[in-house]
Amino acid sequence: MAFTNEQLERYSRNIILKEVSSKGQKKLNDAKVLIIGAGGLGAPAAMYLAAAGVGTIGLCDADAVDLSNLQRQIIHTTEDVGKPKVQSALETIKALNPDVEVETLQGLVVADNILSLVEQYDFIIDGTDNFPAKFLINDGCVIAKKPFSHAGIIRFQGQLTTYLPDQGPCYRCIFVQPPPPDAVPTCRQAGVIGSLQAMEAIKFIVGIGTLLNGSLLTYDALKMDFRKIKVHRRPDCAVCGPNPSITAPVDYQTASCDLKT
Amino acid sequence: MELFIAGEKKSFEDGLSVSKLLEVEKVENPLYVTVSVNEQFVDQQQMPGRILKDGDQIEFLYFMGGGR
Repeated sequence: MAFTNEQLERYSRNIILKEVSSKGQKKLNDAKVLIIGAGGLGAPAAMYLAAAGVGTIGLCDADAVDLSNLQRQIIHTTEDVGKPKVQSALETIKALNPDVEVETLQGLVVADNILSLVEQYDFIIDGTDNFPAKFLINDGCVIAKKPFSHAGIIRFQGQLTTYLPDQGPCYRCIFVQPPPPDAVPTCRQAGVIGSLQAMEAIKFIVGIGTLLNGSLLTYDALKMDFRKIKVHRRPDCAVCGPNPSITAPVDYQTASCDLKT
Repeated sequence: MELFIAGEKKSFEDGLSVSKLLEVEKVENPLYVTVSVNEQFVDQQQMPGRILKDGDQIEFLYFMGGGR
């Protein structure tokens, strides 16, 4: 399908980049990205992907918008308070770019639905705020052979890595298993990292550049310090290793959070 | 001996184990930190016996669970 005049104008600053061109823009328009968690990470990721013209964006989140979310979750506005986050995010995306098809699931990802969910998409963005969900998304994507971007944040620090099927390393190669509930604090802060996740998705879809596969990027906002730490596959990884003990997704106990979402 | 911790050169006494380094560096929640030495992960059980050598490059990878 050819671009309309309006699309040519809307995406002209993408198309003008020789690495993207109309071919890459077409790939973006045909791509399907799933964003799990429409909060601090998912909000900027969803907005940049919608703006760039990713054809289908899936949103999964169980919560409603709270006033305390608005300091960082820029996809939601003051009048959205009380509304399901997936609905509020859908409305913002549609206002930003009506070309984008938005699919919403107001609920949690669990062992029972993770595989059927990720299988429908080309790339998955983990924008969740707890370890059981992060491990579940990792295991689901490894088992379903789907690329995904992991990110985590705490106070002024963040981390990011990208998993590519059959290449690894996966999130479990680095962190093995979830810490016990409340052993490690979880906190919220966002913006930069979600935008970086969107960039990883775009590079994967267009097929350009080097992904954060095999690297954990760490970000310290206070020092404005970015570091890329090389990580390798664990030969005995329980999910992506040659003899996996995890062959189906598992639900872990959800850790309680130290702050209201 | 000198070690590179997160890319920064620092001096330590010889014979330091990974476990002891976590203590000396006052790493928070040492039971839940992934440590890599020269790009190789060191399992939690191996940390007390893993003696560091001059020039080793050490990274602490912390659990970051936030995102919403």
